[in-house]
Amino acid sequence: MIGNTILLAIREIRRNMMRSFLTMLGIVIGVGAVITMVTIGGGATVQITNQIAGLGSNLLMVTPGKRLGPGQASTAPLFKAKDAEAIAAEIRSVAAVAPAASRSVMAVYGNANWTTVVTGTRNEYFQVRNLSLEAGRPFTDSELRAGAAVCILGETVRRRLFGSQDVLGSTIRLEKITCEVIGLLESKGQTSMGTDQDDVVVIPLRTFQRRIAGNQDIGLIMVSARENASTERVRQEIERLMRERRHVSPSEDDNFNVMDMKEIAKTLTGTTRVLTALLGSVAAVSLLVGGIGIMNIMLVSVTERTREIGIRLAIGALEREVLLQFLVEAVVLSSLGGLAGMALALGSSVWLAGVLRVPFVFNAGIVAVAFFFSAAIGVIFGYFPALKAARLDPIEALRHE
Amino acid sequence: MKTGNPEPANHPSESPLIVFKGVTKVYGEGQGAVEALRGIDLIINEGEFLAVMGPSGSGKSTFLNILGCLDSPTAGSYRFKGVEVSGLTRNQRALLRRHYQGFVFQGFNLLNRTTALENVELPLVYRGAPTGERRARALQALETVGLGGWETHTPGELSGGQQQRVAIARAIVTGPAMLLADEPTGNLDTARSREIMELLIDLNRRGGITIVMITHERDMAAYARRTVLFMDGLVDSDEHNGRGTR
Repeated sequence: MIGNTILLAIREIRRNMMRSFLTMLGIVIGVGAVITMVTIGGGATVQITNQIAGLGSNLLMVTPGKRLGPGQASTAPLFKAKDAEAIAAEIRSVAAVAPAASRSVMAVYGNANWTTVVTGTRNEYFQVRNLSLEAGRPFTDSELRAGAAVCILGETVRRRLFGSQDVLGSTIRLEKITCEVIGLLESKGQTSMGTDQDDVVVIPLRTFQRRIAGNQDIGLIMVSARENASTERVRQEIERLMRERRHVSPSEDDNFNVMDMKEIAKTLTGTTRVLTALLGSVAAVSLLVGGIGIMNIMLVSVTERTREIGIRLAIGALEREVLLQFLVEAVVLSSLGGLAGMALALGSSVWLAGVLRVPFVFNAGIVAVAFFFSAAIGVIFGYFPALKAARLDPIEALRHE
Repeated sequence: MKTGNPEPANHPSESPLIVFKGVTKVYGEGQGAVEALRGIDLIINEGEFLAVMGPSGSGKSTFLNILGCLDSPTAGSYRFKGVEVSGLTRNQRALLRRHYQGFVFQGFNLLNRTTALENVELPLVYRGAPTGERRARALQALETVGLGGWETHTPGELSGGQQQRVAIARAIVTGPAMLLADEPTGNLDTARSREIMELLIDLNRRGGITIVMITHERDMAAYARRTVLFMDGLVDSDEHNGRGTR
């Protein structure tokens, strides 16, 4: 009986192809929008999580200056190498500390030149940033101590300066210094904000301070906490230590900033999730509108087919059989719309993921939920018209022209 | 003449299929109330062929609707095969129609854009008959009404007479105890009307189906063995005519 009813419903839907298609369109767009939004949102969340994990696990960044609004300059003193050493020595559950100073510099090799960011730091930098060397070696202790003219290149700098040539052992010029390339960093690609993480040159901190910056300042201290250690506790300890070292009186605000990347990751993914939920609910409203469209068309259909309903009732159809017939028709209509919406969503999310450079993460859960909802909308919005059909008086219905 | 207890003569069976006792039907309430039936007493035996006549507004359509369980009497008793119908629910009445009654209408009332075969199959679908049996019985019914070979045609491709034959096939496909016909020849020319009447007589005689037919044409009523005349919601006369057996 139910199989028959479904066949009958499909025949009825095909009879009014154009109208059925337009009715379904509401559901198609609704389901498609919900799945696409949630899929893209999920992809963005995954991307942010991956990137922050790629930045270094348990990473804390210590920068000088107050928490200021946009455009406000900070006048707080910079760090010295001693500050980094103090953190490494005095705070337990710290795995590695890397002081870093950076500046934008033009790198030259033969006829090729490329403006990039030169960072002076130590070997701990590779550890806290989760970087590994594609080729070559890290700095030796004597190079670090003596401030030797050696450098390690990021992939982008290598490509821009050397093209397909061999790199190791060559020398490039960074402003006034000529340094030997001793290593090559593994490529990390772009961040979600579009920053190229491979556009870097790393040199020993002392080399940077003496021959590029000309001072002892450090702009950034990167700290990685031990596995299983609470980054929150490490953050508090760094704050206490830094206030002491920088002589910040208890009544003053910090003149430095400790950023816990885990916290930032949590905040960012939280924001993305809220945004995804918001977009998803806006899309869900269009699904609801699609449902109202189905109700509208089913009501028209019941009116148009009053005579047919009369015939069926006169022949001996029960109320619930007529109800079922129209209900099934609405559900088949909305489910077909749901299926088409799923196909549409698959296509549009793959395309959008490509355009927005977000990984495409297939979310079977939301696809199932969206399809279930499209069928449920058929039941909810098809019920009233179906009930109207079933409750018709057969005598009146047969007289209907 | 109001007939309280008609004496059916020369009928194949004497058991009453239908017993109406003091059946009234009132539409509306209070001042605007209309009495369509004002107390009908009637017995119809199995195997009868009854014509119902009367001017418009005499209550004959209301009578047929109640007879066909499409409507319930306001008061009085209607027994079908010994079962009191007055107190039945809508669904119970639907089941009664499904299993014991067939309808033929003036306007044919076939499903458009649906083949003759599917139209005839429809009552069997609601009976839950399996596809194979449904098909066989529907083809058989179409054969009976002389439409063998027309099963794939839709109502739009058939003449009026043929459409009414399809409607009759649909009404008899379940093998009902009673066939109710509401002006079955109202939309047909004389020749086509005769053919339909011959078909009904054949079904009545050979199939043993009880037929109650509304008509306003004396010629058509003459095919029936018994003619009941309605007037102002009452049975005005109830005659057995010899011509019906011609």
